[in-house]
Amino acid sequence: MNFFLHPLTMVTFSPLIGVLVLLFINREQKNAIRWVALTTSLVTFGISLWVFAQFDASNPDLQLVIRLPWIQVSSWLIEYHMAVDGLSILLILLTTLLTPISILSTWTAIEERVKDFMIFFLLLEVGMVGVFLSQDLFLFYIFWEFTLVPMYFLIGIWGGPNRIYAAIKFFLYTMAGSILMLLAILWLGIQQGTFNVPDLVAMGGIPADIQLWLFIAFAAAFAIKVPMWPLHSWLPDAHVEAPTAGSVILAGVLLKLGTYGFLRFNIPLFPDAAVRAAPVIAVLAVIGILYGAMVSFAQKDVKKLVAYSSVSHLGFVMLGLFALNSQGVQGAILQMVNHGLSTGALFLLVGMIYERRHTRDMDAFGGLWKVMPVYGLITLIVSLSSMGLPGLNGFVGEFTILLGAWGAGNPGGILGSYWFAGLAALGVILAAIYILYMFQKLFLGPLTKDENRNLKDLNWREVVTLVPLLVLIFWIGLYPAPFFGVMAPAVEKVVAVFQTVAVAGLP
Amino acid sequence: MLSETATVGGIFSLAPLVVFIPLAGMIFNMLFGGRLSQKLVGGIASAASGLTFVIAVLLGVALYNQHGEPVVVPFLEWIHIGAFQVDWAFRVDTLSVTMMLVVAGVGTLIHVYSVGYMHEDVIHQGDPSRFRRFFVFMNLFIAMMMILVIGDSYLMLFVGWEGVGLCSYLLIGFWYEKGENGIGNAIAGNKAFIVNRIGDVGMLLAMFTLFWVFGTLTFDEVFELAPEIAATTPAYIGLITLFMLVGVTGKSAQIPLYVWLPDAMAGPTPVSALIHAATMVTAGVYLIARSAPLYTLVPESQNVVALVGGLTAFFAATIAVGQNDIKKVLAYSTVSQLGFMVAAVGMGAFVAGMFHLVSHAFFKALLFLASGSVIQGMERGHHLEHHAHEHDLKPRKKKSKEPPFDPQDMRNMGGLAGRMRTTYWVYIVGALALAGIPPLSGFFSKDEILLEASHLNTTVYILLTIAAFFTAFYMGRQVWMVFLGQPRSAAAEKAEESPAVMTLPLIILAVLAFFGGLLNLPGPHTFGHWLEYTFEAFHLEMETLPFSLPVALISTLLAVVGILLAWMFYGRQPLEKGQEDPLRGILGWIFTGMQRKWWVDEIYHFLFVNPYIQLSHVFAEYVDWRFWHDWFHEVVLAGSFNQFARFLNFRIDAGIIDRIANGLGNGTQQIAGQMRQIQTGYVRNYALSLFLGVVLIVGYILLR
Repeated sequence: MNFFLHPLTMVTFSPLIGVLVLLFINREQKNAIRWVALTTSLVTFGISLWVFAQFDASNPDLQLVIRLPWIQVSSWLIEYHMAVDGLSILLILLTTLLTPISILSTWTAIEERVKDFMIFFLLLEVGMVGVFLSQDLFLFYIFWEFTLVPMYFLIGIWGGPNRIYAAIKFFLYTMAGSILMLLAILWLGIQQGTFNVPDLVAMGGIPADIQLWLFIAFAAAFAIKVPMWPLHSWLPDAHVEAPTAGSVILAGVLLKLGTYGFLRFNIPLFPDAAVRAAPVIAVLAVIGILYGAMVSFAQKDVKKLVAYSSVSHLGFVMLGLFALNSQGVQGAILQMVNHGLSTGALFLLVGMIYERRHTRDMDAFGGLWKVMPVYGLITLIVSLSSMGLPGLNGFVGEFTILLGAWGAGNPGGILGSYWFAGLAALGVILAAIYILYMFQKLFLGPLTKDENRNLKDLNWREVVTLVPLLVLIFWIGLYPAPFFGVMAPAVEKVVAVFQTVAVAGLP
Repeated sequence: MLSETATVGGIFSLAPLVVFIPLAGMIFNMLFGGRLSQKLVGGIASAASGLTFVIAVLLGVALYNQHGEPVVVPFLEWIHIGAFQVDWAFRVDTLSVTMMLVVAGVGTLIHVYSVGYMHEDVIHQGDPSRFRRFFVFMNLFIAMMMILVIGDSYLMLFVGWEGVGLCSYLLIGFWYEKGENGIGNAIAGNKAFIVNRIGDVGMLLAMFTLFWVFGTLTFDEVFELAPEIAATTPAYIGLITLFMLVGVTGKSAQIPLYVWLPDAMAGPTPVSALIHAATMVTAGVYLIARSAPLYTLVPESQNVVALVGGLTAFFAATIAVGQNDIKKVLAYSTVSQLGFMVAAVGMGAFVAGMFHLVSHAFFKALLFLASGSVIQGMERGHHLEHHAHEHDLKPRKKKSKEPPFDPQDMRNMGGLAGRMRTTYWVYIVGALALAGIPPLSGFFSKDEILLEASHLNTTVYILLTIAAFFTAFYMGRQVWMVFLGQPRSAAAEKAEESPAVMTLPLIILAVLAFFGGLLNLPGPHTFGHWLEYTFEAFHLEMETLPFSLPVALISTLLAVVGILLAWMFYGRQPLEKGQEDPLRGILGWIFTGMQRKWWVDEIYHFLFVNPYIQLSHVFAEYVDWRFWHDWFHEVVLAGSFNQFARFLNFRIDAGIIDRIANGLGNGTQQIAGQMRQIQTGYVRNYALSLFLGVVLIVGYILLR
């Protein structure tokens, strides 16, 4: 198919059209700029739905493949190779959904240099979608690094008081991890003669020792991005300083680039290493779950509380992925989406109160439910989703992850001990503690502060920003069948390898 | 499978309505209730609950017509992953219908009562706009409770299980700006939710084990496989049943997780009656009864359950003796009575446990609602008194010096029998039923538990018998302190009876509490036969023990002695205003222990709560921030890099970042300028050196 008209090219690069239009708009016409950006992102979302319509959920393989030669360096060919499958389709939809929502959330929050902001934001979307679609390691790496630049500026220009520090830290930590991955990519390209991911997976045959080194190199990049404990110390800075929309995308999508990387590359490319690494990763994941929840509970800044909760939530995702069975991996993918929805919504909600009060110190609030009932109700629903209340999305993800991890915990299984799932399940209690604490500090108790007495409840634009997320929170919680259905065949294909591994009882 | 033998159709297709009708009531009130009058809002919510009851009756009749054959109504696909297949499906059998009838029946009466109660409560508390929210939450609770009892799998049960917990949290903290320091109620809600979550982890682990051992979470399938698995690996079933017990101790307020229930009394009194006495807290009993085919396979687990129940029944009863808050007495009494039920189902006396669940729902809902009537009677009295004083000089000053008036403190009451006739008489019925005086319902249901215990577990029998004695005593103490003697406060002198919308449900409940024993009289055992349909489907033998006169005599005698003792201390010489409780003189430190709840809350705070808070702060402040975020980053990472750079005498100002910025537009130049000022090459050095490093390595690999 023609390069420009291929659906995957269109969904990836359509935001560039918006960028192009924006370049010709006077920077003083802020509303025009906003509308152009919003329209562009909505069109991209529309295209992603069109992609989804063409997607065959029953097919476990890569679909809508586009493969064109791009750069030839001596005997190595770097290709423009994009495709979608059950592992990535939901994450693409998540990305294209969260982008317009984030743009809508900046309507009154971003007043400075709106044009630059929107340009960076749309560029970021190009990078993120590109990461999820790339099937060539080099192409993937370019998109991966590309996402750093717009985010760096989003934090560095529109962030809080400490934004420069946070932006640099974000940039360097991620970059440092990526270097190792780049080396591993080069090694693979040179040794195996191709950067083509499906070919590499099909080829296999990498000796177990080398697999482990490559696994570690890839994992370095992804684990920082996730972030896995103890590589998370860039996260609170980046989240606290980033503007609301930046936090939404950071938590909603950028962190998923890490977990997706594990799923797309580490696990299928280095299966032996994955089996050997699984218990180690599970240990870090469980520590992340418990530690993230505890540290979250001790925060005074509500945005930091939400930021640390991501460490806990992403711990669940990692645990599910490395259970390496269908329940764990499907739960993990769903939980990636869930976290994007719930934590994305939480950041939006935090942003809304920050816009009104210009503080995020939880001691400055209390009793808000009385003056902002709609805001209170929506925050309650989102909080409950985040702590995994049955009937809402978070529960389905957490439950299936823990179910998978428990199943992988039988002696001789991938994880080899029930303690992983058992201890991780305690995270369910700790989540209730920090979430309820947050809700209490913000909404319950008497209304003591005068500044809070006349706060305005959410306006229509704010409600509209949240409604799609709320709908999905209930939808996934009550009827997750279509979501699992889309990913099931692809996941089965990934985990099939490990079912035999688990039975044969590899080291 | 058993369930599939019955055809789904006709009446049974109505089963999902028991969830959707209250849900519809909730949504309607949420959307339109704001424009309606209080009566209409309350009426709609009550009608939703009442209609649910009608559906439950229809289901019961239909079930009876087909001799109790269980029916499963499939509804919607839910979670299907590989071998894990769970759907939304509704299970109608005699056990679930019993629970539905209790929940919707008692629930409807409490809804009606609440129309009157909340009308006054919102005025007292100063926020009439919250009237609607109360009924929204109440309807949500009914819906969640229905999911709990009608779910066809452990997972669906768990949805209701946590759902009712949510409603409990929301309703405990209903007056979230009230309570100790203005935050007491909200914290009580948090406590309830978090303690229940501890139990819920037990439920989760039970489900994980169930699935990986049985390959399913659907009741029928699990119970069919159970004997087979018990034959090969009984330890798994032992583990599953004990994990479930953890959940039960949370939801049904048993040792060691009972501590949330007394605090839950912070909720409006109808909530205490419906959620924290009659229905939600009995979910654990229902769970064990539902899981009878599992529990009966592992006697070791059964013993643990029975012992937990017996100890709780005894322990909570001692605390109830020392309480002065009218609702706290009832709360500990509820914990104690739940202990009776848990002990019963633990011993395998499922019918006795369920029977007590039903009769307890009648008399304890009655007692709570009547106590609500008492509290509001006191409030009215206080209000009148306050108005009378309005004419005095400087009433405000006087008011601020006195401690705030507590309408729930029994030491402020006394002599209410004369001023609140209906409330008094129904309270007497409830108290006698609870004390186990024949022929009231509590006598029959409690006696059946004691009878079973006397055959099955002597330790538990003794614990329960002592608990029964305490029960009679503290109820006698309460009745005399509240209703008899002379008023001990101005409010009590002027207390007024509640309106008919409140007293009518009270009278109906009193009738039920009085005659509830007829359900399962020794001999016909109607209720037992009804439940047997469910249990016998899984080949569980339900033997009924013959009525035993000694057991009945001992318990009745002890109850009478308890009441007489209460009369001796509180009836013969009624408490005077400000007088010390006569028990303190006799029991000394033991009474202090009873009063202070044996310091369990303090112990938990010392052992768990404070260490957790402190550890979190240490992690957050020192480990994560000062050490890892600051020291490690600044000193180890940045510091060593700078050393390294200085060592190599790096002098790089290629301005990579600047150029990217310039290329993207004029505006970014400005920020690049800012960064240049602040950072002086910091990021550039990093980025460039990283980049150069990569180029070098790549070059080496490509050219070697």
